[in-house]
Amino acid sequence: MKILKSIALSGLAFAIAGSMLLTSCGGSGNASKADSSANTAGDANNILGAGSTFDNPLFSKMFSEYNKTNGLKVNYQSIGSGGGIQQLTAKTVDFGASDAPLNGKQDSALSGPAIHIPVTAGAVVVTYNLPDVKDTLMLTPDVLAKIFLGKITKWNDPAIQAINKSVKLPATGIVVSHRSDGSGTTNIFTTYLTKVSKDWEAGPGKGSSVNWPVGLGGKGNEGVAGSVKQTPGGIGYVELAYAIQNNMAFAKMQNKAGKFITPSIASVTAAANIDIPADAKVSLTNTDAADGYPISGLSWIIIYKEQKYGDRAMDKVTKMVKLIQWMVHDGQQFSAPLNYAPLSDKAVSVADAQLKSITFDGKPVLQ
Amino acid sequence: MEAPIDTNLATRPDERSGRVVSIKKQDTVSNTKRINRSFRQIRAENVFRRTLIIVALSMIVLVLGIMLTLIWKSTLSIKSAGIGYLWGKVWDPVRDIYGAYPFILGTLLTSFLALIISIPFSFAVGVFLGEYYPKGWLSDLLKNTVELIAAVPSVIYGFWALAVLVPIVRNFETKIGVEPVGLGIFSSSLILAVMVIPYAASLGRSMIQMVPSNLKEAAYSLGATRWEVIRSVIFPYTKSGLFAGILLSLGRALGETMAVTMVIGNTSLIPKSIFAPGNTMASVIANEFTEADHPVYLSALIELGLVLFLVTVVINMIGKKMISRFTNE
Repeated sequence: MKILKSIALSGLAFAIAGSMLLTSCGGSGNASKADSSANTAGDANNILGAGSTFDNPLFSKMFSEYNKTNGLKVNYQSIGSGGGIQQLTAKTVDFGASDAPLNGKQDSALSGPAIHIPVTAGAVVVTYNLPDVKDTLMLTPDVLAKIFLGKITKWNDPAIQAINKSVKLPATGIVVSHRSDGSGTTNIFTTYLTKVSKDWEAGPGKGSSVNWPVGLGGKGNEGVAGSVKQTPGGIGYVELAYAIQNNMAFAKMQNKAGKFITPSIASVTAAANIDIPADAKVSLTNTDAADGYPISGLSWIIIYKEQKYGDRAMDKVTKMVKLIQWMVHDGQQFSAPLNYAPLSDKAVSVADAQLKSITFDGKPVLQ
Repeated sequence: MEAPIDTNLATRPDERSGRVVSIKKQDTVSNTKRINRSFRQIRAENVFRRTLIIVALSMIVLVLGIMLTLIWKSTLSIKSAGIGYLWGKVWDPVRDIYGAYPFILGTLLTSFLALIISIPFSFAVGVFLGEYYPKGWLSDLLKNTVELIAAVPSVIYGFWALAVLVPIVRNFETKIGVEPVGLGIFSSSLILAVMVIPYAASLGRSMIQMVPSNLKEAAYSLGATRWEVIRSVIFPYTKSGLFAGILLSLGRALGETMAVTMVIGNTSLIPKSIFAPGNTMASVIANEFTEADHPVYLSALIELGLVLFLVTVVINMIGKKMISRFTNE
């Protein structure tokens, strides 16, 4: 019987060890990542970033160009804005990138003050599928909100017809499509609707996922685009760059100044030509700029203001700050070819001021 | 009990050597050497058995560990929503209101609908391959094709469903006069049905092949037709096996994520009919996990995983009960 017991004992020991291993893995998956970042912390030529998927194509281009001239390696993981902020909170990356500024809860979770540096701007366009309508559809904020609230259900509704007097709209039902995955695109879109519609504010509200009152959910831009393209009478929202690359029909939106604006790189840059607060945490949605497209948003790199934490070296911090400075200035030339909107002059000057405020051990990094 | 014997052998090698000698009399190797070798053999035997036990036990530890992690990580949500989480009808991440009812309903609806659609096909394939054409190129082709269905990655089914199945369903919906959306519970059930057919079919086939031929021959000799043999001999004999196959299919359907999320329409509203869009637990987790940016939200998603885990466990347990009831009859 001794052996039986010993088997049971060894099994038990194994079980306990196993469960400890499991819980420790589940408990803080960050622990292992922290180790890996600690390994690269010593390597000043290796910078780790994570966040927005929207920024990823532009960042890839910028980082590869910067690598050619400066030899700096940037490893950017496009895991989503929320994920990027979590990684920054856990200090497993050197910078996070987000399409939405930090909210109160996220801000308080950080161990120190963080700064937002605008790096590019994007827009969300309203795409639709009306095969018989050749002219570009025009929409007002009120009508858009009512469509997505499910209050306007037919394309020939008097409210839509009143804006598009020259167009013969069909009696087709409106099929709303939205993103099913949490995303910065949804965040910009719902932030806009919250600003322009009291009903929306009281209803679904703003966030990277909301409780949609109507419609179908598609995964990613391609999911929404696919569902709109396939469904006659469909309407949905996708990123501007995606809509341009896929030749999709998108609506002109009426902005705050009352003008109907075609979404384009120029009109998005124009949207950012407003007085941007010193902390750069501004939503461009429903912009005051007269020529600005109203459903626009900045995308930020978020880093800690005080860069001396962990075992970070001054050398590495300087290189990272110089990289961000280059992205804000020279790097902007890569925006337009990839259908990103270059930063407006006002956004660049705010970014510069923010960069100067970065410190290492209390001393500014940029002289 | 083998263990006491082992103990004796391990502690008193003399006895053991005697036995070895008696077994291998012709062996020319010297006595002491033989003792050493049998010692090693015993040790290897013990080590092997212990390894087996430990590896087997580690499976239990793994499942328990997963369950504990799920419970632990969802405590925040359990505390804030309580048991009402299960029948709450609103899923609103903006206001931190989480109710899993629409997703539980969506999961069960798609899975069982898929099962109902798939059963005639999987039984037909099982009977065809098991009884009618167990050999030959046609049956080989069919067998391999069915097995291939199980091997194709689910994202490919999702693509195919989105590109081919959804427009067909949309036309069908226009004809029967419901809102022609295409995406929804019905489309996802159809694609799930295709995906789960192989599980019940291949288990059914091997079960049907295992029916003793003397039973069948006896029935034939009494003048039964083929259909009568299948109905009164093969089905009763293989009932539990066929049921186990269905259960396997159901398990697959409950957890399927990618193909379903591509065609179900992903809405948190409670589906009004089987043609309406809905959502399943697995696809909500896959969709919203990456951007769940506040702790309660994340915890609510993990609790959804826990619910899915428990639903699977409960359905499996019910299935086991039913199998044993069928076999006892």
